[in-house]
Amino acid sequence: MGSSSSSRNKIPNAQELMDQTGFSSAHLLRLYDRFECLDRDNRGYLSPDDFEAVGGLAMNPIGGRIIDAFFSSGQDTVDFSSFVRILAHFRPTDRNRNKEGTQQELPNSRTRKLKFAFQLYDLDRDGKISREELLQVLRAMLGLQVTEEQLQSIAERAIQEADLDKDDAISFDEFKKSLEKVDIDTKMSIGFLK
Amino acid sequence: AENLCNKGQMELFFNPFDNLVCILLGISFTVWFTLLLVFIIVPAIFGVSFGIRRLYMKTLLKVFEWATLRIERGVSIVDFLSVSTIPAIIAKEPTSLEEEIKEIRRSGSNKDLDSATEFELSDIFYFARRGVESIMDDEVTKRFSAEELESWNLLTRSNYNFHYISLRLTVLWGLGLLIRYGFLLPLRVTLAFTGVGLLVFLTSVVGLLPNGRMKNFLSEKVHLMCYRICVRALTAIITYHDSENKPKNGGICVANHTSPIDVIILASDGCYAMVGQIHGGLMGVIQRSMVKACPHIWFERSEVKDRHLVAKRLSDHVEDKSKLPILIFPEGTCINNTSVMMFKKGSFEIGATVYPVAIKYDPRFGDAFWNSSKFGMVSYLLRMMSSWAIVCSVWYLPPMSREEGEDAVQFANRVKAAIARQGGLVDLLWDGGLKRAKVKDTFKEEQQKLYSKMLVGTQEDRSRS
Repeated sequence: MGSSSSSRNKIPNAQELMDQTGFSSAHLLRLYDRFECLDRDNRGYLSPDDFEAVGGLAMNPIGGRIIDAFFSSGQDTVDFSSFVRILAHFRPTDRNRNKEGTQQELPNSRTRKLKFAFQLYDLDRDGKISREELLQVLRAMLGLQVTEEQLQSIAERAIQEADLDKDDAISFDEFKKSLEKVDIDTKMSIGFLK
Repeated sequence: AENLCNKGQMELFFNPFDNLVCILLGISFTVWFTLLLVFIIVPAIFGVSFGIRRLYMKTLLKVFEWATLRIERGVSIVDFLSVSTIPAIIAKEPTSLEEEIKEIRRSGSNKDLDSATEFELSDIFYFARRGVESIMDDEVTKRFSAEELESWNLLTRSNYNFHYISLRLTVLWGLGLLIRYGFLLPLRVTLAFTGVGLLVFLTSVVGLLPNGRMKNFLSEKVHLMCYRICVRALTAIITYHDSENKPKNGGICVANHTSPIDVIILASDGCYAMVGQIHGGLMGVIQRSMVKACPHIWFERSEVKDRHLVAKRLSDHVEDKSKLPILIFPEGTCINNTSVMMFKKGSFEIGATVYPVAIKYDPRFGDAFWNSSKFGMVSYLLRMMSSWAIVCSVWYLPPMSREEGEDAVQFANRVKAAIARQGGLVDLLWDGGLKRAKVKDTFKEEQQKLYSKMLVGTQEDRSRS
């Protein structure tokens, strides 16, 4: 019983988070409410099964990889600030940021967004997407709907197109180059309501 | 001698005062209990109503309207909108997988559109975005948090967005608090104890009678009376629609589930055989005494897992036409009354006539949803009893039977759609157990199928040409 007051005081390091992620205080509050909602046992952090209980995520073919992105630093719990930092990758790019004024790159810059997507492919985080890793992602996205041969040929074609230095793997720069014309900003951004 | 004299004087001084206090207390208690008896317990026994609760409801609504107006005036329009009417944080675009992936490729590719339907590295953007969107706001998890209200019903627990607006409003809220906790809560708790106590006592007494028509008649009356007292204990204002469709013997009554109060609401208008697990403690005492008066179906914890045993007992009960209709909540868990989730097929396999019932609570007066992961039973009941009132509507839908060529799942979905339609609730495909368990892989497969159709479809064309 009792009311939960929506004051900023319950979010630790609110100002720091706002500066580092670019979220407004209103968004931060809503995200905190969401965090509390996902944290079903009220432990103050999230674990993989809290994410797995999100229906929309469980039906996503790469749901498991997205969850891994939250736990990438080897820990098995996510606190609110880590949660927000990952979600910040999906903020729309700020059009009118003063280039000289930025001391640190915000998570929603083009490069950071690409890096996030790259890491969804690059499971072992060695900086390259190997043929094996590409096959694994394709298998996740296509399930049992395609045969092994079809999968191999899709992967083969993709590597041939993107792999410029012919080392049979796609590095981050090659990844960036092959996507240079794609409008990352709208495709890797989520429309936050004001 | 002086001391004695003084003491004597003081005693004389206090005694009449004491007496006066005692007399006053005595009178107020008597008045209190008489009022209780006349206005609440006697009508409960006979099933009539003075209409006091409806009058109370109308008054409350007027007060809430006034309170909402105050808020609208006190806060600027922008604040008000952002604070109270937009529950979502993100805007989700309703585009399909195919459209979106094509668009992503169109923006990045030099090739013309027709040949560009092969895998691109950028395809993953679509899945990543959808996945993160659902982390921030998804259909399923939202159903489980209490419906957010647009007006304020003077209960801070239901709307945490409203800060201090004006003195008058705060005073009103404080007054509301005083009335609810100081007057209504004790009254309701007394009634609740009376109702439950009478139930246990009278059903045990009726249980002593030999089986027969007299026993059934008395048991019916006893159950109805006690449930009606409980209804008044919650100040529940219930409107029953289409009572001609009320469940009959040998049938199964299914309803959507929002809180344990659903049982009280339905059982105060008709007699049902309850189904459930035997609990310990007070609950168990109530269950054991209820079953003495008329046959309810209680399972031991170990028996619950055995689906065949459960189905057998239910079908045995249903075949005996002299036994009361069974009351079942097929969602298996409490949902927040904005939607109806997947029905478990067990009760639909038995082959009896199904009587669907839709229960819709009016959220303006108090949130009846039991979030079992957040609140225990006792704190939930206390919350309920310190709300203003519980207003709900019950619709008895016409009976349904399983048709030729329909399997249990389809039948269940048909019943679910009917209930959702009648109650104005959203008909969701999701399994109510989702909030605790993982979703089935069939949904994931659908996504994979859609995506592979895009890619593999073109492979086939290529191999042909």
